[in-house]
Amino acid sequence: MVDVNHRLTIDDLTVEFPTRRKLFTAVDDATLTVEPGEIHGLVGESGAGKSTIGAAIMGLLDRPGRIAHGTIRLGDREISGLDQAAMQDLRGREISMIFQDPLTSLNPLFTVGEQLVETITAHLNLNAQQARRRAVDLLDRVGIPEPGRRVDQYPHQFSGGMRQRVVIALALCSEPEVIIADEPTTALDVSIQAQILDLIRELARERQVGVILITHDMGVIAETTDRVTVMYAGAIVESGPTVQILGQPQHPYTKSLIAAVPRPGLKLHRFPQISYGGRETTFKIEDLARNWPVQPATDGPLLQVQGITKRFLDKNSLIPSRRRYFTAVDDVSFDIRPGEVFGLVGESGSGKSTIARMIAGLYGMDAGRVLFDGTPIEDDVDGYRRQVQMIFQDPYSSLNPRHRVDAIVAEPALHLGVIPRAQVKDRVAELLDRVGLGAEAGLKYPHEFSGGQRQRISIARALATQPRFLICDEPTSALDVSIQAQILNILKDLQEHLGLTMLFISHDLPVVRQMCDRVGVLKDGALVEVAETAQLFGAPQHDYTKELIRLMPKTDLLSDEGLGSAAE
Amino acid sequence: MSDLPDATRQGAKPLGRLEAAEVTRPSRWHAAWDSDLSYNFRRSPVAMVAAAVTLLLVLSAVFAPLIAPTNPFDPASLNLMNGFSQPGVANQFTGDTFLMGTDDQGRDVFSTILYGMRISLFVGVMAVLLAMVLGISLGLIAGYVGGLTDAVIMRVADVQLTFPSILVALLIFGIARGVIPIEYRDQMAIWVLILAIGLSDWVQFARVVRGATLVERGKEYVQAARLIGRGSGAIMVRHILPNVLSPVLVIATISLALAIIAEATLSFLGVGAPPTQPSLGTLIRIGQDFLFSGEWWILFFPACTLLALALSVNLLGDWLRDALNPKLND
Amino acid sequence: MVAYIVRRMLQSILVLLVVGLVAFSMFRFVGDPIEQLLGQERTQADVDRLREALGLNDPFPVQYFDFLVRAVQGDFGISYRQSRPVADIIAERLPATLELALISGLLAVTLGIALGVFTAIRRRGVAANVIMSTSLIGVSLPTFLIGILLIYVFGVQLRWLPTFGRGDVVDLGWWSTGLLTESGLKSLILPAITLGLYQMTLIMRLVRAEMLEVLRQDYIRFARARGLRSRAINFRHALKNTMVPVITVTGLQLGSIIAFAIITETVFQWPGVGLLFINAVQFVDIPVMAAYLMLISVMFVLINLIVDLLYVWVDPRLRIDGKTA
Repeated sequence: MVDVNHRLTIDDLTVEFPTRRKLFTAVDDATLTVEPGEIHGLVGESGAGKSTIGAAIMGLLDRPGRIAHGTIRLGDREISGLDQAAMQDLRGREISMIFQDPLTSLNPLFTVGEQLVETITAHLNLNAQQARRRAVDLLDRVGIPEPGRRVDQYPHQFSGGMRQRVVIALALCSEPEVIIADEPTTALDVSIQAQILDLIRELARERQVGVILITHDMGVIAETTDRVTVMYAGAIVESGPTVQILGQPQHPYTKSLIAAVPRPGLKLHRFPQISYGGRETTFKIEDLARNWPVQPATDGPLLQVQGITKRFLDKNSLIPSRRRYFTAVDDVSFDIRPGEVFGLVGESGSGKSTIARMIAGLYGMDAGRVLFDGTPIEDDVDGYRRQVQMIFQDPYSSLNPRHRVDAIVAEPALHLGVIPRAQVKDRVAELLDRVGLGAEAGLKYPHEFSGGQRQRISIARALATQPRFLICDEPTSALDVSIQAQILNILKDLQEHLGLTMLFISHDLPVVRQMCDRVGVLKDGALVEVAETAQLFGAPQHDYTKELIRLMPKTDLLSDEGLGSAAE
Repeated sequence: MSDLPDATRQGAKPLGRLEAAEVTRPSRWHAAWDSDLSYNFRRSPVAMVAAAVTLLLVLSAVFAPLIAPTNPFDPASLNLMNGFSQPGVANQFTGDTFLMGTDDQGRDVFSTILYGMRISLFVGVMAVLLAMVLGISLGLIAGYVGGLTDAVIMRVADVQLTFPSILVALLIFGIARGVIPIEYRDQMAIWVLILAIGLSDWVQFARVVRGATLVERGKEYVQAARLIGRGSGAIMVRHILPNVLSPVLVIATISLALAIIAEATLSFLGVGAPPTQPSLGTLIRIGQDFLFSGEWWILFFPACTLLALALSVNLLGDWLRDALNPKLND
Repeated sequence: MVAYIVRRMLQSILVLLVVGLVAFSMFRFVGDPIEQLLGQERTQADVDRLREALGLNDPFPVQYFDFLVRAVQGDFGISYRQSRPVADIIAERLPATLELALISGLLAVTLGIALGVFTAIRRRGVAANVIMSTSLIGVSLPTFLIGILLIYVFGVQLRWLPTFGRGDVVDLGWWSTGLLTESGLKSLILPAITLGLYQMTLIMRLVRAEMLEVLRQDYIRFARARGLRSRAINFRHALKNTMVPVITVTGLQLGSIIAFAIITETVFQWPGVGLLFINAVQFVDIPVMAAYLMLISVMFVLINLIVDLLYVWVDPRLRIDGKTA
C-alpha cells in the first residue's frame, strides 16, 4: 500500500558553498527516499550536512549555497529546479518544516491564531471564519488545552513545549505530505521532548505524512524513527531500517558513533577507543601523575554543602516589601568524599548550575555555608581558590578569544602564585602536551581549535594550579557524542590517576551514570534524592527520579559491539 | 563516501595537520595581509578609494606648512591687490596665479583650506578620543558592575541622548563662553569646541560598550577569571575590553565624520573656531557672503574638501561595519 | 501596562527636573545676572534691591523651587539682550519653528520609511544600491551646505523660490501661520527640504538595517517555510517587527529636527526659536538659553511619551503579561 505519489526521493544531491578559500561541499552525492507515513532519521555530528539537506528540499539554502547537481522529487515531480513562485506554492502546502527553537520560530507580535489563519488561507480556499475554526481544531489536535481561548494569545504567553506544539500546528495547516523536523526537541527538556516526539510519531501514522527527523541524538533516533541515514562530513555513510543500522552497523563511522553513546543501563570503565577520521589524540595521564602532589589524607568529606540557598530578584521595586524573589536554590545540603565524583542532575531551571557557581565562589549565598576540608570557604579564600578549579560548558565562550592559549593556561597559576614565575612556561608547555595538543598549541589563539580541543585547553587550564577539587558544569553538553566520549574518558583518568574529587553537573542521565559514584537529583532548586549511582538507576525512590529515569531515551537497539571488554 | 581522508575536510581539523602547519607559521605581516578584513578591503574598490582619499587629506593637513604655497596667517605674505583672484587665472593687478583663487583679503584659498583642515581634523580627532575614553570607561563600568551604578550612568546617557548632540555642544559652548573671560575666548575656542563635541558624543560609545560588556560578562571565560580571584578592574581591562573593541572601531570612524561635520556646523554658526584660526566651517561661513556676488570659489573649494573628508571617512566606517559583521552579507 | 506608563511618566518628570536644574544653574552661575540687568551706573542700593527682588539671597534649593514654579507658569525672566519677557519672545517665534519642523518631519518619516523598506527588500537591486550610496553623501553633507546649495540653485540661479524669511503670514491671534498664503508655502519649501533631508537619510538607513536584521530571524525563515507570500512576509511580519526599534529612534529624530532647525533657520534667516537661540548663545543671553532648553526638553519628553504609548500598542509583550501555561 505504498503510495508512490507522495514519496520524497533525493538522488545524488550535492550542495556546495563557494567560500573565499575553497569550494565547500556541504552535501556530497546524497541519495535517500522517504515513504509516506515513515519517520526517516537523519543523524550525524555537527557539520555533517544533515540540516543542509533539509534546507535544500525546502529551497531555503542560505547564500551562497547552491545545488550543484542531483534531483529532489516529490512523487514523480521534480522540485529541486522549481522557480521561486512554484516553490512558495509547494512550501507549507506539500512540504512543511519544524525548526529547532520554538522561542524564535514564532513572530512575537502576532497572535497564534493570526499566524495560523494566514497560513491556512494562504494554502486552502477557506473564508476567515472557517480558517479560524480550523486553527482551533489544529491547536486541539496538537494537544493544546483550551484551544478556543489560547488561539487569541501571543507566543510569549506559551511555555517552550507549548510553543513547539504551536509550531507543529503551523506545519500541519494544509495537510502536507512531508514534514522536515530539524532538531525539533533539542531546545526542550527531556520530559517535554518525549511528548513532542510522541506527537510527531502519532501524526506520521495517522495522516500518512513522511517525516524527516534531523537530529544528533542517537536516543531520539532509536526511539522514534523507522529508517535512519547516517551522515559524516557531507556524505551518507549508511542507510537502512533503524533496527538494522543501530543493531548491526556496518560502516566504521557508524560503529564509532554508536559505541560513543552513553548507555543508561550499562556502566563502562572507559568509552571504547574506536576512532574515525583521524580525530584521536592521546592523553598522557601517567606522565602528569608522576609530578602530581600526593593528595593529603582527609578523614571526613572533602566538601560539605550545608543548607545553601540562593534567591534572585525577579521583579524590582523601590519598596522592599514589593520586590519579588525567585528561589533558585532552596536549602540544599550534601557532602562530597575525597576522590569521589558526585553528580548533580536536573532539568533546566532546577538550580544545578547556580549551585556549581555558589560552590565555586562566583555567587554569594543567601543562607547556608560551604566547607572545604573542614574550613568554611570564606575563611581562607585564597587557599580555597588554589584547590578548586572549574571546567565550563561552552568551549566557545570559556576561553578568551583575544588571549593566546599559553596565556590562558598560565593565568590561574600566575595569578594565584602557585608556581614560581620562571617555571610557568614549562608547566604550560607540559600541560598542553599532556592533554594531547602539543606544546606548540600555546602559540595559537582559541579560534584555531575545534570544540573538543578547546575543552582540552580548559582542562589544561584547570590542572595548572594542581587543584584537589574540580567542578565540571555540563562539560560535554555542547560537544558531539564522539568528542564527548573522549572528554569523559579524560575526566575519568583525572579522577583515577590524580585522585581528583569532582562535582559533575549534567542534565544527561546516561552521562551521569557513566561518570558518577553518587548522584543528587534536583527539582525546582531543591534536592529530592541522593543515592549511590547504581542504586539510583536501579531502584529510584522519589517519584520525580522515577519519572526522569522512565523518560531516558532507550538505547536497547544499539549495538554492543566494542563495549563488551570495556564494561565493568 | 569511501575516500576516508577526504571525509575529514569539514569536521574538526585533525591535529596532525595543525601541528605540521605550526612549523611554517606565517609572520604577523602575512597573517594581517591574509586576514578576512584585509581580504575584504582588497576586494572593495570603494573602501580602497575612500582610504586613499582620507590618507591624502590627512597627510596634506599634517604637512600643510610644507605644501601650502603661502602662510595665510602671516600678514606679511598677504597682498590686498590679490583679492578675489579667480582660480587658475592670473590676477589682473599682480599677475599672481592661485590654484583655487583668493578671498577678499588676497589669501590663497588652497592654503587656507590646508590650514583649515588641520583645525577640523585636530578638533575631530581630539573630540572623538575624548568621547571614546569617556564612553568606553563608563560603558565598561556600567555593563560590568551593573546595579545602581549602571542605572545612574545609563539614565544620564538616556537624558543626554534625548538632546541632539549639536544642541548639547551649543549649550556647552554657550556656558563656556559665559564662564571664560572675554580676553581668553578666542584662545580657548578650539579646546571648548573639542570639549563640547566630545562631551556630546560619548553616549554612543557608552551604549555600545555596555551592550557588548553585558554579553561578554556572561561568558564563561569571565567566570574562569573570577574563579581564580581576578579583580574587577583586571577583568574589565584585560579580559573584556579587547573583546568589545571592534564595534568601538566602527563607531569611532563614524563619529569622526560626525565630529568633523559638527565642528564645521558650529563654526558655520559662528560659535566654533575663531576667525584667527579658521576651520573648514569658518571658511564656508566666510565664503557664503561672496557666493551670491559671483566669487563662488571662496565657498566652493572648502565645501568640496569638507564633503570629501566626511564622505570618505563615512565610507570607511560603513565598509568597516559590514566587514566586521559578516552576517550582514548573507 | 499601566505601571509601565506611570513609570515612564515619572521618569519624564525626573528628566524635566534635571534639565530644569541645568537651566537654572546656567541662569544662576554663568555670568552675573545683576551685571547683565543693571547698567554701568548702578549704586550698591540698586544691586541689593535687585538681589532681593530676584531672590538671589535665598538658599539655592529655594531659588531652584521658585525658578521651577515660575517656569511652570511660563515666566522665564527678562532677556538680557532685548529687555523683554522671554516668554513673549518665544511665543511669537515658536509657530515658525513648529511649522517648519512638522513639514520636514512628515517628509523625513514617510520618505525615510518607504525608502528604507524598499532598499531592504531589494537589497541586491541596482536602484537600492544607488539609493544607499547616495544616502551616504546625504549623511556626509552638513545641513548648512545643503541649505546653501539649494539657495544657490533654486534661489539665485533659477530664481524659483524665496531664499529667506517666512513670506506672508496669517495671524490667527495666538498663532501666525505661513501655511495659508502662497508666499508662505513657497518660502517653506527650501528650508523644509534642507531640514528633512538629513533626517530622512538617517531614518532610511535605520529602517533598512533593522529590516535586514528582522529578515534574518527564525520566524521569518519559518514563515517562508510555511509558504507565505513574500508580500505577507515583507509587509506584515517583517515590517511590524521592524517598527518596534524604528519607533524609538524616529521619535528621537523628530526631537532632533526641532534642534537641527537652529542650523536651517540660520541659513534661511527663518524667524523661529532656533535663530533666537543661536543669537542668545552668541551674546550669552542666559534667560533665553535656559527657556529654550526647557522648551525643547518639554517637547522631547512629550514625543518620548507618545513613542512609549506607540510601543505598547505595537508590542503585545508589553501589553500582556507573559503568563505561561
